[in-house]
Amino acid sequence: MDAGKLENILRRYDGSTHNLLQILREIQEAEGWISPESVTALEQALAVPRAKIEGVASFYAFLHLKPIGRYRILFSDNITDRMGGNQDLMARLCHLLWIEPGKVSEDGLASVDLTSCTGMCDQGPALLVNGHVVTRLDEARIETIAQLVRDQIPVEEWPAEFFQVEDNVQRRDILLGCEFEPGSALRALHARLDTDGVLASNTRSWREGLPRGLVGPATMLDEVKHANLRGRGGAGFTTGLKWEACRNAPLADGQDRIVVCNADEGEPGTFKDRVLLTSHADMVFEGMTLAAYAVGARRGFLYLRGEYRYLLDHLEGVLARRRRDNLLGHSIIGIPGADFDIKIHVGAGAYVCGEESALIESLEGKRGTPRNRPPFPVTHGYLEQPTIVNNVETFAAAALIALNGGEWYRNIGTSHSAGSKILSVSGDCERPGLYEFPFGVSVAEVLEACGAKDTQAVQVSGPSGFTIAAHEFDRKICFEDIPTAGAFMVFDKSRDMFQVARNFVHFFAHESCGFCTPCRVGTSLLKNLMDKLHNGQGSPYDFKEIEHLNHILQAMSHCGLGHSACNPVLDTIEKFRAAYDARMSHQDFTPAFDLDGALSQARQMTGRDDALAHFGAAHGELQ
Amino acid sequence: MEVVEKKKLKVATTSLAGCFGCHMSFLDIDERLFDLVELVEFDRSPLTDIKEVGKCDIGIIEGGLCNAENVHVLLEFRRQCKVLIAMGACAVNGGLPAQRNHLPLAEILSEVYLSSPGLGNGMIPNDPELPLPLNQVHPIHEVVKVDVFIPGCPPSGDAIWKVLTDLLSGQGPSLGHGLLHYD
Amino acid sequence: MTQTFTLDGQEIPFTPGQTIIQAALAAGVFIPHLCYHPEFKPHGSCKLCTVKVNGRHTASCTFKANTGLQVESNTEELNAERRTLVQMLFVEGNHFCPSCEKSGNCQLQATAYDLGMMSPHFDHFFPDRPVDASHPELLLDFNRCILCSLCVRASRDVDGKSVFALADRGIQSHLIVNAESGQLADTNVSVDDKAVQVCPVGVILRKRQGFVVPIGERTYDELPISGHVHGAVTLTEES
Repeated sequence: MDAGKLENILRRYDGSTHNLLQILREIQEAEGWISPESVTALEQALAVPRAKIEGVASFYAFLHLKPIGRYRILFSDNITDRMGGNQDLMARLCHLLWIEPGKVSEDGLASVDLTSCTGMCDQGPALLVNGHVVTRLDEARIETIAQLVRDQIPVEEWPAEFFQVEDNVQRRDILLGCEFEPGSALRALHARLDTDGVLASNTRSWREGLPRGLVGPATMLDEVKHANLRGRGGAGFTTGLKWEACRNAPLADGQDRIVVCNADEGEPGTFKDRVLLTSHADMVFEGMTLAAYAVGARRGFLYLRGEYRYLLDHLEGVLARRRRDNLLGHSIIGIPGADFDIKIHVGAGAYVCGEESALIESLEGKRGTPRNRPPFPVTHGYLEQPTIVNNVETFAAAALIALNGGEWYRNIGTSHSAGSKILSVSGDCERPGLYEFPFGVSVAEVLEACGAKDTQAVQVSGPSGFTIAAHEFDRKICFEDIPTAGAFMVFDKSRDMFQVARNFVHFFAHESCGFCTPCRVGTSLLKNLMDKLHNGQGSPYDFKEIEHLNHILQAMSHCGLGHSACNPVLDTIEKFRAAYDARMSHQDFTPAFDLDGALSQARQMTGRDDALAHFGAAHGELQ
Repeated sequence: MEVVEKKKLKVATTSLAGCFGCHMSFLDIDERLFDLVELVEFDRSPLTDIKEVGKCDIGIIEGGLCNAENVHVLLEFRRQCKVLIAMGACAVNGGLPAQRNHLPLAEILSEVYLSSPGLGNGMIPNDPELPLPLNQVHPIHEVVKVDVFIPGCPPSGDAIWKVLTDLLSGQGPSLGHGLLHYD
Repeated sequence: MTQTFTLDGQEIPFTPGQTIIQAALAAGVFIPHLCYHPEFKPHGSCKLCTVKVNGRHTASCTFKANTGLQVESNTEELNAERRTLVQMLFVEGNHFCPSCEKSGNCQLQATAYDLGMMSPHFDHFFPDRPVDASHPELLLDFNRCILCSLCVRASRDVDGKSVFALADRGIQSHLIVNAESGQLADTNVSVDDKAVQVCPVGVILRKRQGFVVPIGERTYDELPISGHVHGAVTLTEES
């Protein structure tokens, strides 16, 4: 990369190592890879060891330290993409381009591979080409793409409709139905305040000592607490408690409190944040600003998953407008001392960064490895500063609460799950897309609304969530029953639930960060076992192994990824045992690998194909 | 006397992709062999030169799996033996032979039979009499269920004796500090 | 008054700020561990030191001791789980003890002995990990790496060099060195570096020193690793 270009990038990111990931991402975008020369230049400019730069770059799936073609095509590989035929489409494209999956074409023109769910499940199968998302793939689109690549047409000049992403909002409720006026929530809150401006805090820390720093009046916090708002990322932690802990956390000299919006929407089958950021970004940013006022933060980050890179210009535009309108920046809406601004940080393909402490590591420009906790981010987050990390939808809900009051909000939904939930519905139904319901809606009601027929199962909250079988369709979506981050994938009776679970297991193995032993090795062992069953080599011994691994992953893993990696397998074994039994052609112990296949190279090299050059039933060897 | 004879356990042993070092170590139980033969009777084993394994109580496997014949013998042992023992590092984790596993077999065969110096007109042997090598060397538990493992390269005579006597007395075999070795 | 917590029924004194494993080792009670080292910031990645605190699994190297905690460690259940973790490490890499210079001084091997690991149990990955013999004094055999990151921490925090780093992710995770060539010879590593001393397994080795101490007279030949409570942290002397 020429020195001028690199200098430009470095300047935009203050030449700071904390922005290493952003700098690497920009180099990747500009050059198509991160060359050794670029690493050397960064090593000098940032005074960071190159091993560290390489360590960071190699952690993220969308950064490449080796050239992988001028056209880098990644097929989204969620189960919904598979149901839409992504494997055939990928095979077709590979055939047309004369490429082996996962390898670069000999002329260095293109590579084709798989990636985790790109958040386009309502309009898949989808792929990413050089980071740009292409939706609604079909045979014709694949043929055109092959031609465009062969003709070396720049991606920017590809047909615009390829990149069209629809919102597909199918049911609106309080949030999606809100005609939100930018600034209205801030002003509504302001009208409710008993004091104007920000205060030197006099609240005593929940831990120790006196917190320092300026915070807003407690009004916003009180409203959020009164509203019983719970985090929308799936775990359902009480938002007010998180904010209060951050607000009350001691602040050392030179430290700030930090507000982070988690838009690393990586859970396969979830795409609500995509729509919120596309069409309701003001609400989200306003929620962040309200949170900042509540906890006393002056800096905010939106962590945008790499797959949603296409939203960056739009979001920067919204931020710029809000700055012009005094909804960001200094003395927001005229409140003296209410200073806050937001930076967007774009991820680069790592599901684990959805875990809040991994996300913070990534924000700091490091490998996205979950931290040891305690301490928790509310006291020691971004650069050891008190930090709240909340989901996109949580911030949008906070804006609604500021607008309408906590009392109004708490009366919607159920007793322990106030408000509404936006579900990302995909799979076997007539109308995939977003469905906003008050909490407490039953699975059956959602199925009815989206036009699902002959439904066999629903995967709620993605691979790490719950497989819900037909006899449970009266169960309710709420923290008391089925908590969810929003994914709602529908499988009709024609689907093989074993393949659903296997797809999820592959996902976890691909996304394990590799930090802790049980998850790093365990997810791969589990993947191999599921593949063994898939290949018709399963036996009851393998079942026992799966259970054993499940226990170890749950008990010993470092973070939620490992803890939940076995969920889909356990759920499907319990509820769809027949799908597994069908693959148990062997009741006895079966080899870990295909014995006859293990002679393939020797057969090829010797040219032998006689009976003794094979293992097989004919010899009575197997069974 | 006849009753006692009938109660003797039948034991078979074999060496697959191993070096017979474990069998040598087995002989290191020395005079305890006399005690052992009071309790067991050997079926197929290098000690007896019996070539086919019959119904046995205990089968002891030295070595891992590097070719088709190893697999055939192992499967036959598994079929015939109530308790199968993996004896030594190669049976337990592939051992020394498995250190070829990072090389593609095709490359190894070419190197050995085609491109090594002094091999004019070399060819890769293709006689059907010869067992074909596997793409990778595997420990035996990856192909059959193994009941007992005695690690070590080789396991000491004492370790082998301890496991066998544990088994013969109906205990779960275990090796404490000093006897449990992987090298 | 000294503060204490209970570990397997025994009262363990601790000073505030100590982690469970620090307090336990100081009291002469062994908890298996591989990535923990008293001189470095806890990493919490190998999970061998997992204990149950008030019934919940947690890594004892990162969990702060607190008055009244009920901690279980040396139980059948936990040791079986730890054995599984060690088996995972054995099949993940290429651990051929008979041909390893570190045998007898290796913490992974000694821990496996201590936990009574009779077999690796799982199917082997047999990864392809080329060795780096470029350096005149040192050898890197990545086949044995367990990703404990002790060398990474030692080089960065003690030697001030950052010779080592972890790269890639998931099952592909591996150790790299700080040189464009990727070769150790092109780094500023020195044989006297702390990073060279801390490897608990046989990755970072001094050349021509492998068998100076004969097999049978090595660190864990006399006493099992659990007997080296204060010495559990003792590094291999190979001079």
